[in-house]
Amino acid sequence: MTTMTTTKTEPVTINLGPQHPSTHGVFRLRVTFDGEVIVDVEPVLGYLHRGSEKLAEGRTYVQIVTLTDRMDYIASMSNNLAYVRAVEQLAGIPVPERAQYIRVISAELQRIASHLMATGFLLNDLGALATPLMYCFRERERILDLFEMLCGARITLSYMRPGGVFQDTPDDFWTALATFTDDMPVYIDELESLISGNEIVLTRTREVGVLNDVDAVDYSISGPMLRAAGVEWDLRKAHPYEIYDRLDFDIPIGALGDTFDRYLVRIQEMRESIRIIKQCVRDIPEGPIRSDAPFFIRPPAGDAYAAVESPKGELGFYLVSDGGIAPYRCHVRAPSFINITPLREMLLGWKMSDLIIIFGSIDIVLGEVDR
Amino acid sequence: MTRTLAGEDIVRRIDAATPGAVIRAQGDYVHISPESIREVSRFLRDADGLEFSFLSSITAVDYVEYFELVYHLTSLKYNQSVALKARCYGRGELVAPSVCDVWRGADFQEREIWDLMGIRFEGHPNMKRILLWEGFPGHPLRKDYLGQDA
Repeated sequence: MTTMTTTKTEPVTINLGPQHPSTHGVFRLRVTFDGEVIVDVEPVLGYLHRGSEKLAEGRTYVQIVTLTDRMDYIASMSNNLAYVRAVEQLAGIPVPERAQYIRVISAELQRIASHLMATGFLLNDLGALATPLMYCFRERERILDLFEMLCGARITLSYMRPGGVFQDTPDDFWTALATFTDDMPVYIDELESLISGNEIVLTRTREVGVLNDVDAVDYSISGPMLRAAGVEWDLRKAHPYEIYDRLDFDIPIGALGDTFDRYLVRIQEMRESIRIIKQCVRDIPEGPIRSDAPFFIRPPAGDAYAAVESPKGELGFYLVSDGGIAPYRCHVRAPSFINITPLREMLLGWKMSDLIIIFGSIDIVLGEVDR
Repeated sequence: MTRTLAGEDIVRRIDAATPGAVIRAQGDYVHISPESIREVSRFLRDADGLEFSFLSSITAVDYVEYFELVYHLTSLKYNQSVALKARCYGRGELVAPSVCDVWRGADFQEREIWDLMGIRFEGHPNMKRILLWEGFPGHPLRKDYLGQDA
């Protein structure tokens, strides 16, 4: 005899985080499930809020460089760059050519390091625990070694200063960099051969968590996430800063805007970064690495907004000066913060395990989200 | 290079579409009245030859006598940018119109301004604090905010 059974479900609300390995920091999602299916999501932020913008109001312009390290702490160079560019714009400080080249080299190295982490953790989130991540970390380690040669630090770098960088490169940096740029394309190929054709990766990421081009622009999304949606927009091309207008490189874009495209765009961007670094090494001139900016910079009263293409997207600093030695206001346009605006819409209707990878593919850093 | 739209030309266009909204043009900024933020935003997003579809950033500054909202807009199609400023006078709980229905990217940014600067956005679908918790006393980025050790 067969009996008819009807399954009755009811919504259950679960807290994901703030302490959870796949939230990449202290981030909390209050998720409501009906069975396995997500019916509501509420991001809860602020666990790492240190009031950086308020702290900046009590520090001199040079001291603030150390605060910017601690925002996107896996891409400190890009943060340094965005900040010092805003100060230079505000105070009219010139930057020597050699310093601009060094800055571009370090920013592109940082982009590779950040994308490696994004890729490694995406695989981690997919369930390929630790092994692919360690492949990515092996290469990232070499970039950190290069940073250590430049400034003695590996994570919180504080390498850049308004008007240049704080010291010139040691000679062995260039030989180490040349070996790295020769090796890296091989490693990227190796990494890609492990991931891009993998059937599990494809079924888990293809057409999962799609964000189309119109929505991406409307949600102020920037960086690889925007380009994965098929929008060709990169500040390095659209508004070239430093010496990017002299360099030859392409902007990879995706077709669908799904999780796989976001991964693939990052892989291709790493290749472009290597191209950029090689051109910089070829063209870099001799000369000073820092212009004569005073230690206590007093920009004239006024304001300035400067943005760079950080690994996560458009990273902008809006500074207001009242003529004093500390900024009157320092606002950070943080790409990680704004890129999670559409999170709820991207997750609705997907399942628990998809949540982890869709969220992981956005690639956020909580230091920058919460500031 | 991204072209910055500033000065009389852009002011004339905004003024023609939304009469009375523009207060003055100053350097790279167009000063508008806070009540007209939403109309001006919608015009800048949709108008031919402008199409500022991308809201780069919104922020607020406390100048003690007034608060200034600063909007940086970008047109991806024409690679041009424009910056708007709107002043809200007073020290109490201030209100400005939300641009969430113009650009959904304003959602978290407006919540951040409410949280840290104490300007409430009318028409925002979810006007709650974002970085600090509900019930937190005061708005820390205001110049008259005293921290716990003050």
